[in-house]
Amino acid sequence: MMTAVEIGRQVASGRVRAQEIVRAALERAELTQVELNAFITIAHESALEQAEKIDERLAAGEDVGPLAGVPIVVKDNICTEGLRSTAASESLASFVPPYSATVVERLEQAGAVVVAKANLDEFGMGSSNENSAFGAVKNPWDTSRVPGGSSGGSAVAVATGVVPIALGTDTGGSVRQPGSFTGVIGFKPTYGRLSRYGVIAYASSLDQVGVLCRSAEDLALSMDVMAGHDPKDATSLAGVAPAFAKAVTGASDLTGVRVGLIEELTGEGNSAGVMAALELTCERLVQLGAELQQVSVPTARDGIPAYYLVAMAEASSNLARYDGMVYSSRTGEDRLGQADVMMKSRGSSLGPEVRRRILMGTYALSAGYYDAYYGKALKVRRLIAHEIERAFEEVDLLLTPTVPSVAYPLGEKVDDPLAMYLGDIDTCLANLVGIAAISVPAGFTAERLPCGVQFMAPALQDERLVGVTALLERHVGEKFAPLAPL
Amino acid sequence: MFEAVIGLEIHLALRTGSKMFCGCAAESLGLLPNVNTCPVCLGLPGSLPVVNREAIEKALRFSLALNCQVPEVTQFHRKHYYYPDAPKNYQISQFDRPVGEHGFVELEAGRRIGVTRCHVEEDAGRSVHPPYAPYSLVDLNRAGAPLIEMVTEPDLRTPEEAREFLVKIRAIAQALDVSDASPEAGKMRADVNVSIRLPGEALGTKVEVKNLNSFKSVQNALAFEIKRQTDLLESGRSVLQETRGWNEGGQRTYSMRSKEETADYRYFPDPDLPPMRVAEKWLETVRAATPELPDAKRERYRELGLRAFDAGLIAFDVELATFFDRAVRVYEGEAQLLANWLNGDVAGHLNANDLALSRSKLSPENLASLLTLVDEGAISGKTAKDVLPLVIDGGDPKTIVEERGLKQITDLGAIEALVDAVIAANPAVVERVKENPKVINVLLGQVMKESRGKAKPDAVRELLNEKLG
Repeated sequence: MMTAVEIGRQVASGRVRAQEIVRAALERAELTQVELNAFITIAHESALEQAEKIDERLAAGEDVGPLAGVPIVVKDNICTEGLRSTAASESLASFVPPYSATVVERLEQAGAVVVAKANLDEFGMGSSNENSAFGAVKNPWDTSRVPGGSSGGSAVAVATGVVPIALGTDTGGSVRQPGSFTGVIGFKPTYGRLSRYGVIAYASSLDQVGVLCRSAEDLALSMDVMAGHDPKDATSLAGVAPAFAKAVTGASDLTGVRVGLIEELTGEGNSAGVMAALELTCERLVQLGAELQQVSVPTARDGIPAYYLVAMAEASSNLARYDGMVYSSRTGEDRLGQADVMMKSRGSSLGPEVRRRILMGTYALSAGYYDAYYGKALKVRRLIAHEIERAFEEVDLLLTPTVPSVAYPLGEKVDDPLAMYLGDIDTCLANLVGIAAISVPAGFTAERLPCGVQFMAPALQDERLVGVTALLERHVGEKFAPLAPL
Repeated sequence: MFEAVIGLEIHLALRTGSKMFCGCAAESLGLLPNVNTCPVCLGLPGSLPVVNREAIEKALRFSLALNCQVPEVTQFHRKHYYYPDAPKNYQISQFDRPVGEHGFVELEAGRRIGVTRCHVEEDAGRSVHPPYAPYSLVDLNRAGAPLIEMVTEPDLRTPEEAREFLVKIRAIAQALDVSDASPEAGKMRADVNVSIRLPGEALGTKVEVKNLNSFKSVQNALAFEIKRQTDLLESGRSVLQETRGWNEGGQRTYSMRSKEETADYRYFPDPDLPPMRVAEKWLETVRAATPELPDAKRERYRELGLRAFDAGLIAFDVELATFFDRAVRVYEGEAQLLANWLNGDVAGHLNANDLALSRSKLSPENLASLLTLVDEGAISGKTAKDVLPLVIDGGDPKTIVEERGLKQITDLGAIEALVDAVIAANPAVVERVKENPKVINVLLGQVMKESRGKAKPDAVRELLNEKLG
């Protein structure tokens, strides 16, 4: 399985044709689909068409870009022009966007080819990829277990070698957590680093596009292609994006780099396997020259309620438009009037977890409750941001588990939303604060399940995370992010 | 005796190139339904709003003109309500950080009417209900068009004051190029809040009246409501807090809904739009680009010698003012004369032909030249009035007077010959003049007739007096 960087080089030099690469990716996607259900749409026609064009342009001597012929998978809540984008919701089951998300546009301009749209938890709401109108996704390391979510399909596509790069979205850990559960890299950049234009909103102040991949080099290349201000997104960062590729080639060791373990998140509550993975990473970091220390973020454990309040409140607003008027099939057209049609359509076209979050979010924003819930959540959010900022006065990077556990059996937490929500305890902090965070593979547990650890970087220093990932990758070698068995 | 307490809520369509948060044209007059749309104003999944800077600048300009305080940071909120012509089921509006607060507008009598706030928001689409059809249709051409909403303090006391206030707001909006502010074209809408009380007492129960699409309706609806509420209280009944509509045909308000429960719009800061810092430097450029306000204009016209009435009339009509300013630049006579013509004969002719000044072919230069011909004695005022329709149709006054031979006879010798001839031909009349000097007018008329109106009447009268007096 070649990396994206290698594919780009080989296709550009004419040693392999884009069509061969893309056809192989499509075949592999089909092969995995039956058992793992990672995809909502496999884009045979458009992908081959695009690959053919790339080959023609190369034959004509054109420069197609660094991702020439690289097959990619895009989470199905990211719009792709002419290719249905469902967000795994019944309400968008037939929505074909007339435009592509800026991130997709930029990847395609660099030569990448979208081969499939990945399954996910409906609108990104879930941590196990079981909340999908298109069925659950399964973990390739153990098909009785969840792959994580909400970017479960994207993670599986990378873990099984269908593509070297997949896009996910990360609102509270939705890229990093499935990354950890499937043994691949899951990167959530600084809020605003990647354009949200064309990303079907779940919680706008937390949503960020992220990358799932198996090598630091591929991560850097895709980030270099996608990052940079987008005038279509008012929250997009202005100014020049960091040079990610340079962060990989320039990384030598971690001498003098201070890594802080967040006390509140690295003790009780984590499984033995997770603790072992964390210790293993610590050893590696020390071998690379890093200085480890404990730091305190006293409010860290209050992140979960704050995060869920903010996310649900924003979701209740963002999802108000799915009312049966435009997208989903309409129900209740019985002359009872517009309000009834809207209510019935929403009830029948949105899944139970989505409805739960809309209801709770609506409540949190209601007159008389705003201050007690949403307002308070914003205060906690600011407090955590302040504490993390202070922690970064002492250390250069923060380290925690990515998730307190490894992949759990399908169905285990379906009826216990609270237990499911608690799985975001480590990841949601970076979204609340808006900083970059990454889940890096950290070996396997005794039951042969992959496990990752999470690094967070100070504001705007995304490239530091790519650098540390590159060093760990080099240090571990071949076994850093092995392909899942098929 | 009860007094009325009136507050206004005014919506103005901002005149900008594009909509509030996307690149579609702000104006969609005359277009087929749903063609002036894009993913953003359609609220398609994944689309994001981006603030139209021009709209904010015009809103700031307007706020400053209403003497508002402009906060350092202005912010957009989402206002939620479910309706098919609101594509996102929320409206992007402003809540606690509007573009302007705590302003005022001064009425003619010098009374200040408080402006509570001015904020920017996006318009909704339009629902169409075809007659007898079991469905409704939605046109989103207007969705996302930029609006200013301004709210006054309950400082107005009479329907006439409310109307004066609206006229003033329209004049300001037009002068600043903020809005066409035409109620007829749906570019200015007003809702009113009205209650009555005995002077000095606490506020009474207020009633909101909607669907007012002209200043006249506002005035009439207020007069009706004040009467209705007065009758209720005087007959010992009480006023119900409710929203009422205005029936234009019947000239009466009617109950739409009672206000027993207020809507919960679940306002919260729009996370797609970071708060905007309004730097002092930005405000300075806005101030610098602000055209002359109607009050300042009126003051200037007074200084030019215009009567208060004419100065106000012209200053508060952006079309008239622009025309007047151009005419006065080339006209060397008295500005008041220009105003007399503009507000008199010109307005009369345009009204009679249902023509707007801007749509007519009358140029300020031609009007000035017509008046100059009168001033120079080349034609009489009467002749000028006669040819005005031709000038309004685009004719050049000098050419018209030349071609039609309308120039006055100013040669005294020629006039004297005519006078002598008329005296000689009318001995009986001349006899009667000796008894009654007023009869001289008969001879005057005769001379004018002989000269086909071109003799200068003053000169003729002088000669007749000389010869018969």
